[in-house]
Amino acid sequence: MAPMKHTLVALVEDKPGVLNRVANLFRRRGFNIDSITVGHSEKPDISRMTIVVDGSGASVEQVRKQLDKLIETVKVQDITSESIVVREMALIKVKATSATRSEIMQIVDIFRANIVDVSMESLIIEVTGDEEKLDSLLNLLRTFEIKEVVRTGRIAMTRGSTTTSEPGRKPISAED
Amino acid sequence: MKMTGGQIICDCLVKEGVEVIFGILGGAILPLYDTLPQFPQLHHVLVRHEQCAAHAAEGYARATGRVGVCFATSGPGATNLVTGIANAHLDSSPMVAITGQVARRFIGKDAFQEVDITGITLPITKHNYLVRDTAQLGKVVKEAFYIARTGRPGPVLIDVPKDVFQEQVEYHTPGKVDLRSYKPRREGNMAQIRKAANLINQAQKPVILAGRGVIISGASEELKTLAETAQIPVVTTLLGIGGFPESHVLSYRWLGMHGMAYANMAINGADLIIAIGMRFDDRATAEVASFAPHAKIIHIDIDPAEIGKNVRVDVPIVGDVKAVLTPLLKLITPTQHMDWLKQLDVWRREHPSTDIRESSSILPQYVVRSIYEATEGDATIVTGVGQNQMWAAQHYIYNKPNTFISSGGLGTMGFGLPASVGVKMGRPDATVWCIDGDGSFQMTLHELATIQQERLAVKIAIMNNGFLGMVRQWQELFHDKRYVATPLWGPDFVKLAEAYGIPGIKVRHKDEVVPAIQKAMAHDGPFLIDFGVEPEENVYPMVPPGASLVELLEAPKKEEVVWPR
Ligand SMILES: Cc1ncc(C[n+]2csc(CCOP(=O)(O)OP(=O)(O)O)c2C)c(N)n1
Repeated sequence: MAPMKHTLVALVEDKPGVLNRVANLFRRRGFNIDSITVGHSEKPDISRMTIVVDGSGASVEQVRKQLDKLIETVKVQDITSESIVVREMALIKVKATSATRSEIMQIVDIFRANIVDVSMESLIIEVTGDEEKLDSLLNLLRTFEIKEVVRTGRIAMTRGSTTTSEPGRKPISAED
Repeated sequence: MKMTGGQIICDCLVKEGVEVIFGILGGAILPLYDTLPQFPQLHHVLVRHEQCAAHAAEGYARATGRVGVCFATSGPGATNLVTGIANAHLDSSPMVAITGQVARRFIGKDAFQEVDITGITLPITKHNYLVRDTAQLGKVVKEAFYIARTGRPGPVLIDVPKDVFQEQVEYHTPGKVDLRSYKPRREGNMAQIRKAANLINQAQKPVILAGRGVIISGASEELKTLAETAQIPVVTTLLGIGGFPESHVLSYRWLGMHGMAYANMAINGADLIIAIGMRFDDRATAEVASFAPHAKIIHIDIDPAEIGKNVRVDVPIVGDVKAVLTPLLKLITPTQHMDWLKQLDVWRREHPSTDIRESSSILPQYVVRSIYEATEGDATIVTGVGQNQMWAAQHYIYNKPNTFISSGGLGTMGFGLPASVGVKMGRPDATVWCIDGDGSFQMTLHELATIQQERLAVKIAIMNNGFLGMVRQWQELFHDKRYVATPLWGPDFVKLAEAYGIPGIKVRHKDEVVPAIQKAMAHDGPFLIDFGVEPEENVYPMVPPGASLVELLEAPKKEEVVWPR
């Protein structure tokens, strides 16, 4: 199977060292993490990680099982093939003079992004969307000279009323 | 009740049924040792190197089926445990290791003897803890034992700062362990079990491939019933040895790089492999692309991550071996596989694999056979790593679980002697022979002191070939005989043993072999025999690296065969 980007969602105990365990596991099994985001979930004491990795289906399934095996992992799902909402946020500091400012603001409008800081020589733009949207905005802004970029990495959620954390932990099984 | 951290740990150990602890103390763990006298149920065995504390704990765990326990101090004590912990991790042995850590206020300051042992052991433990809150200590110890022994067993490390051992807190016996994130599955999926039964009932050339999971699960009886009901030949992995009696008519012993040629051929010719409690290690499968080319594969294992990891599987069943075999047996129709078994017997006759040739020198195979005969097959054999290990596995016949105790996954030289300490502590009535190489023995020979201090009647047989033999064999076969760094000087092992107060015999002539073994057996206590064996003897059969299980090298045919008689 050809390698492709997979989105894994992991619910883990909110305890010190868990991120280290997860990151270490990917390193040890030879996976390069594209992005990883961690934050609170809807449940107290449970953190939610969104991990994007490159790999074939079988190898990602293997790493998913290894991840599930960590004692502090409550649940891991590969949601790549499901219908999902994917978002990423970026802050972009771009050079802006009186000559270019209005042109930049037009682009920002088209992308429904926000300007969150203005100075004599630059603007900070806040943008949210999927990676493609962020990439194309960045491409357009390149002509004005981008000074600094920070991206959060992907977060994701399945569409519809089913949730990743319910109905609780599925029993570990190869048949799943 | 108010108790110190040290008392809490000891109380928990007693409640877990722990009787023996292997370890070495030091500054950080001293307060824990200081409480030991208050708990006379806990017998502490002082080893001579922390690696051996972990190996001994593992030997104990394998001999008893219980969780092995070891202690070490912070820093070098903790890092010395690492090899032993890794060994237990790869061979799925239940272990709890407790390490002292610098006091909480020093953590992260590169204090004296501070190492990040939870960081270091992250990939080689099933789980680990750094306990910063003394009130959590009881719960952590209870969890650690639960995690170590349930599911796929493994080592759990608990790192405890010195001041946590000392701090007094209100203590209540911890309740039942319930971890929402860890619920190992015992029962197999019934639909999958039915699929497996169908495949088994239809198979013409089935082979059972049994691993250590059978032994850990205590499922030897169920395995035997399965094999006998459907007349299925049984092959084990190296670590599965003893899970099925090797004297049984359906046993075709064990497979792999140095396994029986006929066992490898059975796998190669099979139309169905029923893999039970094993993980398709590369030393067992040889070149995985050509493993069992004609077979469908049923894989029963408690660890879902092992399914499909190395080998494609047709019917995976996740669960405890015993809990899966029990319902499976009800679905198996009694059958015969006369033609298939006849074929296997032909292969066995044509490729006996363990014949021993006539020789005037002492062949290591002959030594193992002689120990087998002298002990009437009733000893527990603990091995080093290398040729000695393979000869011990090939030329002794094992009929009971956990009577062959060896470092499989990690292949740790030096495992033999310290593991023997643990085995003998766990099974004082067993006859324990440590069959070792002169190289392996020299890695941990200081445990002779532990053996003497604890008065353990371990019998030690050193296959002294003056080489790091297994590596020399590779150099002979694959590196044009360039013996780089494999010739090995050794001390006078008998004098060495005597320095430790242990009697021994040096054997340099073939006719002294059997009398020496008898003398060792007659002696009430530890005994060492230094067997000067044929220096350049090779282990056969051998599957060269990169070859398939059946592309193996067999012993060059020569002279007359003395065994079997
Ligand atoms: C700790 C460790 N270091 C190195 C090796 C690599 N190695 C595997 S077998 C072997 C030779 C073992 O020699 P010896 O113990 O004398 O046994 P023999 O093969 O001669 O029976 C070596 C060096 C190992 N397995 N473990």
